[in-house]
Amino acid sequence: MKVLVTVKEVAEVADDFEIEGTEVGERYLEYDLNEWDDYAVEEAVQLKEEGPVEEVVTVTIGPERSEETIRMALAKGADRAVRVWDDALEDADLLDVETKTNLLEAVVEEEDPDLVLTGVQSGDDNFGATGVSLADEIGFQWGAVVNALDYDHDAGVAHVHRELEGGVEELTDIELPAVLTIQTGINEPRYASLRGIRQAQSKEIATKSLDDVGLDAGAIESDLTMTAMYEPESESDAEIFEGDAGETAERLAEVLREKGVAE
Amino acid sequence: MSDVLAVAEHRRGELRDVSYELLTAGRQVADATGGDLHVAVVSGDTEAFADNLNREGVDYVHTVGDGEEFDHDVYVQAVEALHAEIDPQVLVMPNSVNGLDYAPAVANRLDLPLATDAVGIEYDGGLTVTREMYGSKVETTVEVGGDQQAVTIRGAEWPAAEGVGDAEIAPFDVGIDDEGGATVTGFEEVGGGDVDISEADFIVSIGRGIEEEENLPLIEDLVEASDATLASSRPIVDNGWLPKNRQVGQSGKVVTPEVYLAIGISGAVQHVAGMKGADTIVAVNTDPNAPIFDIADYGIVGDLFEVVPELIEEFE
Ligand SMILES: Cc1cc2nc3c(=O)[nH]c(=O)nc-3n(C[C@H](O)[C@H](O)[C@H](O)COP(=O)(O)OP(=O)(O)OC[C@H]3O[C@@H](n4cnc5c(N)ncnc54)[C@H](O)[C@@H]3O)c2cc1C
Ligand SMILES: Nc1ncnc2c1ncn2[C@@H]1O[C@H](COP(=O)(O)O)[C@@H](O)[C@H]1O
Repeated sequence: MKVLVTVKEVAEVADDFEIEGTEVGERYLEYDLNEWDDYAVEEAVQLKEEGPVEEVVTVTIGPERSEETIRMALAKGADRAVRVWDDALEDADLLDVETKTNLLEAVVEEEDPDLVLTGVQSGDDNFGATGVSLADEIGFQWGAVVNALDYDHDAGVAHVHRELEGGVEELTDIELPAVLTIQTGINEPRYASLRGIRQAQSKEIATKSLDDVGLDAGAIESDLTMTAMYEPESESDAEIFEGDAGETAERLAEVLREKGVAE
Repeated sequence: MSDVLAVAEHRRGELRDVSYELLTAGRQVADATGGDLHVAVVSGDTEAFADNLNREGVDYVHTVGDGEEFDHDVYVQAVEALHAEIDPQVLVMPNSVNGLDYAPAVANRLDLPLATDAVGIEYDGGLTVTREMYGSKVETTVEVGGDQQAVTIRGAEWPAAEGVGDAEIAPFDVGIDDEGGATVTGFEEVGGGDVDISEADFIVSIGRGIEEEENLPLIEDLVEASDATLASSRPIVDNGWLPKNRQVGQSGKVVTPEVYLAIGISGAVQHVAGMKGADTIVAVNTDPNAPIFDIADYGIVGDLFEVVPELIEEFE
């Protein structure tokens, strides 16, 4: 049995930053493995360690820079990686869900996995949609926002919990092949060990262009166009305490006493 | 093709708040497109739901009676069939957990461009949505092309529709193909236990700014010195540093204390959903742009490792 994990490299914005056109200035960005995908990788690697899974393959749509993040997933136990990128993608300011679905579909067709794990959302542009869209496209069953997974290999069924709002979980049985979108907290993602990091260096990252996955430029024509990016107008009327730590703490203590919640 | 179709949401016999917000958002778009507002309600006691959804500005409520609780196979087929029937300009769905479980599949199947988690929608010959990126640190406007579009809206961004409308309520027969493959077997309540943070007057809540589990005693000291109740954002619970019953937010507890002191918490929408009802909100954060300051009444832009020890001294 093979598991495909979608792994995105996400950008995080520094505390102070500037917007240039419809982008945050490159020098204010730091790149990291998407938090939700970290949990998805861990879940796949645990399934492999427990037995039923023979191979864990990651797939990333991203430029060469993302190989650093991909190596991180490999160091945590994924066996090999596929990275899809093309010059034609370079100019897109926003990869919409449809584009990502088309690209990932092509990789699914080639890899033929039994289970696809994605994150619930990407931390930067948070569509929260790629996994379920992909499932529909490739004809797999699916479950979104999964925070517990118990896989019954003989029955080919994943018993999952879907985390709803307000401390309620939905218990669902999902037949494989399936796509599950993984929620944080489902497991404890491991840190890459030194040995893992060393091994990752010799694992394969196959790079594929549009042509290689059998798609043409039409597959990446996005219907979504970002027309503006700005810092949200602060609706804040917060009183910010000025001064050093001692002074601000004193002001805060006064407020707490005024409100009668602390003495 | 100027109508709007909005899909309501319910759980365990009750319409969820976002359903009424969808009516407001849907009406707003329908006014701009010059069309009717159609509302779909799928599964459960659809007759009772339809009566509640018949609020001002709603033109039609379509009921699909199959099933009791949410089942994405039923929802996808029902919305697909209604979309074919109504041929709306814009399809509006909730960006809820169940919305995440069917809206992307609907959009894919109908070949509609999808803009998720909208906090604003404009229609002026074309559709433009406002959405956030980078944990609410920036806002973007996105033009959504295509002949017809699908949007999911963030909860609590539009006011709930009110009043009573004169909508036509009509059952809609889909002929659901029960292909199965995903079966809901039940529900489970989580986050119970000995403490109930929703009863607390004064909450000190800690987020990822605490960095390491070893630093948690600092906050526990503050909690003890100021006689507060300890709570946290999600990552602290995900890491197993505090039990689930301490988590504030969309998937944790909703709290309404006199004072909510958020320390090292950025103020993500899913966190804010659980604490925006507090009388007074105070935030301590190193990042002056952290969204938590937008809803705070008082703030300290500073390092918690410097501020908290001083604060403890104030109460000792
Ligand atoms: C379906 C779904 C449900 C969710 N449900 C919930 C939920 O119920 N509750 C919840 O909380 N989240 C929930 N989340 C997660 C949410 O999106 C955020 O990821 C989470 O709230 C972030 O927690 P945080 O603010 O502690 O961490 P971060 O966003 O990482 O923020 C940490 C903050 O600490 C500040 N900081 C760092 N160092 C210091 C320092 N030394 N002193 C002071 N400040 C410092 C930083 O500037 C930053 O603002 C949910 C997400 C999804 C997708
Ligand atoms: N560029 C990408 N490369 C690989 N996986 C992705 C990419 N974008 C999104 N995904 C996957 O889809 C999930 C949801 O992303 P999104 O729909 O963009 O919020 C992420 O957690 C990833 O697992």
